[in-house]
Amino acid sequence: MAKHYDKLIFEISSDGKEGYLLPDTGVEGDFSKDAIPEELARADEPVLPRVSEPEAVRHFTRLSQENYGVDGGFYPLGSCTMKYNPKINEDAAAMEAFCGLHPCQPESDAQGVLRLMYELGEMLSEITGMAQFSLQPAAGAHGELSGLMIFKAWHEKNGQADRKRIIVPDSSHGTNPASAAEAGFEIVQIKSAADGTVDIDALAAALDDKTAGLMLTNPNTLGLFETRIGEIADMVHSAGGLLYYDGANMNAIMGYARPGDMGFDVVHVNTHKTFSTPHGGGGPGAGPIGVSAALAPYLPGPVVARSGDFYTLEAAGENSIGKVRSFYGSIGVLVRAWCYIKTMGGDGLKSASETAVLNANYLKELLKGKYKLPYDVVCKHEFVLDGLAEAQGGVRTLDVAKRLIDLGYHPPTIYFPLIVENAIMIEPTETESLETLDSFAEAMLRVADEAVSCPDILLEAPTTALVRRIDELKAAKEPVLVWQG
Amino acid sequence: MSVYIPITPSDRAGMLERIGVQSEAVLFEDIPEKIRLKEGLDLGKPMSEHELMKELGALAAKNAPASCRPCFLGAGAYDRLIPSVIRHMTSRSEFYTAYTPYQPEISQGTLQAIFEFQTMIASLTGMDVANASMYDGASACAEAVIMAARQTRRGRVLVSETLHPDTRRVIDTYARFNSIEPVSVPAKQGVTDMEALSSLVGDDVCGVVVQSPNFFGLIEDAAAAADITHGKGALYIAYTSDALSLAVLKSPGASGADIAVGEGQSFGIPMCYGGPWLGFMAVKAPLMRKLPGRIVGQSVDMDGKRSFVLTLQAREQHIRREKATSNICSNQGLNALSATIYLSLLGADGLKEAAKRSMDGARYLKAQLEAAGFKALYSGPFFDEFAFALPGDTARAEAALQAAGYVGGLALDGLLPAADAAGDGLGAMLVCVTEKRTREELDGFVSALRAAY
Repeated sequence: MAKHYDKLIFEISSDGKEGYLLPDTGVEGDFSKDAIPEELARADEPVLPRVSEPEAVRHFTRLSQENYGVDGGFYPLGSCTMKYNPKINEDAAAMEAFCGLHPCQPESDAQGVLRLMYELGEMLSEITGMAQFSLQPAAGAHGELSGLMIFKAWHEKNGQADRKRIIVPDSSHGTNPASAAEAGFEIVQIKSAADGTVDIDALAAALDDKTAGLMLTNPNTLGLFETRIGEIADMVHSAGGLLYYDGANMNAIMGYARPGDMGFDVVHVNTHKTFSTPHGGGGPGAGPIGVSAALAPYLPGPVVARSGDFYTLEAAGENSIGKVRSFYGSIGVLVRAWCYIKTMGGDGLKSASETAVLNANYLKELLKGKYKLPYDVVCKHEFVLDGLAEAQGGVRTLDVAKRLIDLGYHPPTIYFPLIVENAIMIEPTETESLETLDSFAEAMLRVADEAVSCPDILLEAPTTALVRRIDELKAAKEPVLVWQG
Repeated sequence: MSVYIPITPSDRAGMLERIGVQSEAVLFEDIPEKIRLKEGLDLGKPMSEHELMKELGALAAKNAPASCRPCFLGAGAYDRLIPSVIRHMTSRSEFYTAYTPYQPEISQGTLQAIFEFQTMIASLTGMDVANASMYDGASACAEAVIMAARQTRRGRVLVSETLHPDTRRVIDTYARFNSIEPVSVPAKQGVTDMEALSSLVGDDVCGVVVQSPNFFGLIEDAAAAADITHGKGALYIAYTSDALSLAVLKSPGASGADIAVGEGQSFGIPMCYGGPWLGFMAVKAPLMRKLPGRIVGQSVDMDGKRSFVLTLQAREQHIRREKATSNICSNQGLNALSATIYLSLLGADGLKEAAKRSMDGARYLKAQLEAAGFKALYSGPFFDEFAFALPGDTARAEAALQAAGYVGGLALDGLLPAADAAGDGLGAMLVCVTEKRTREELDGFVSALRAAY
């Protein structure tokens, strides 16, 4: 293990060093002298380092060694689907034929990528049961925002602009209400039923002629399938609302069920969850959205269309919500998703979901008892524990997470969903071996024992990471957000 | 069986037994029969790596990437040099297979890289604070408009006609759903008409959006526009579409911007047909707690070691839900890393030199075009893009350039301010010269164009 590296790039800088040689352009003469009037020109020098190439490489290599990634170990982060990122997909996305394309090139120069985009849309339609996809949104939350804009545009078009309320369960992802607010809606939050699913009575009470729609994750954030989804969809639709599917948990149901068949009107998928594209330390991702046939005219444009063997970018029609970002989407990410679906095939995707669900249920069985399991039923691809069954010394969920770091694991998601006070949310995904699942369970059980026998180990943890617990309060109270020099 | 799934059939049997069910099918019985999928997904058989690359190779062969030819297209995407080091570093799986740095003790690499990015962007833009969470320049600009509307509680935003049309479209979309009314500020001789701006800006205006260098490549008088904006208590939103220009132009902060947003693709990120790219947003201190998305702050660990952590999270959706500053929950991590590496390798001198070479090349090309009888549309100071008139329709120029092996500039048909349109049957083209272009390519471009008319 590397030692902690404590240098910012600015602190290894010295004058006279450079890290990249620019080629000679052959243009002779100082054409740009005085080209920018003094009052428009930059007077100060920006804070940038002067380093040689090997120094830069060592700096960033050492930074990488301070990180935990899926390739290095198990990452059971609930709601995030940290599955393996296939290497061939990285090779594919790095091909100059894709990453060298300028977005304003004529369609005839871009037939390969346009066909790939068209095919990806079709494949996502098949997987989700939606009529048409837009690949434009740049992330899951961006897909949510785009989808809710479609809700609003549709209601406005139908003369129902006063449908201003979006219903979300209290177990929903924080992005759901935040996206709805950014699309101009008011939020109505409904309590979950005792079994963790949508409370049908609360939903009925919330629905009225101001309802624009309901946002739902299915399986929900507890990892439980909303079995009454058919009834829920009927209720929302007969109240004049629309149904939004948060695709964060799509990895649970591929080949088993489709949001389109459940009655959802708009769906987003997170390519960086379900379709194996890397999370990249937080991004970039992609959040394509699929819609029912009735809502297709509202999608952001342009969309890829096919005419014989030629693919074109069709401008959006008058009902479209318009563009939600520049150009057409996170193409480099979408290339990887296309590759993933091709290498899995229909059966492979089904097997992925089946195995993800098997792994989650298996771990749940191993951990319940020493950890509280508030919903002891079959789960889908993830499950939520409500902290330790027994603990001493004030040990809580956070300490369990920190202790797992010492034992070589990335901790699960903690304190989410908000309806489970001491939540530990575990999503193993399908790409882990039985040996890994068993070892992780062993580690979790060991931590549970330590919480009783020697709680200080948890409270002090981590001690083997390159840094120890960080003072988050100080960071927020005295913000230092740029290097102080 | 997929090579990405390590669970064997015998593993399965043991696991099912431990769970206490007969088969995997039982685990899906909670999905009501009525909606359970009966048929398999129609997606073909799993492809091997070899078959995949054959099929993808066939698609790749149908692309003619601009980066492999002398490219004169700019207009929001820039064919710049990308140091090889970037791909090597971002291909380290500790970086690209990590998630958002929720557990700072094992995420110092991502956190420190973002802190370095924030420092570089804040300095380049002349602002106090930057985040690393914007998807792209256009959506960053739309988020800035929403921020301005919330901050000032005003409902109109003035948008210069010289803004990139895609960015304008995205502002229009976000504005519509947030009850903000975008109003165009006309252009005069290719730049924002300051008199028109003065007369349009009023007490109901939340912000003014001006791009510099603007869509036509011209450098705007941002300081003057910011003064006019502040006169009515509105926020000045400076938009940068080609981040390399920050190396040589007066920074947005020095020009009086309250919010600096833009696209960082120029900093070592491939054009990739439009994404994924790197939006940026930087603000002056008073707006710090209004920023969307993730922000990294410096702190210390229990042993007093300097360390980094996600901070000011009280702004964010996972805590504030519908009251969050934005719904953004990702950061543009890996692309922010690319930009940080790019800026580290080039440094202040290299960045300035890359900008200077682009500007030299652009001026050389402009002189050669003028010598060949083509007229530039505008005479104001510009960075490395400029528009020029064609003596016939644009399609003719495009075809001739394509035939000669060049990726021509952007046809400006329908994109020019009405007063500047060349007239019936006459076209105009926006060209960009980056540090990649050689004199030979510039000369060849002029010859090909001359031959077209």
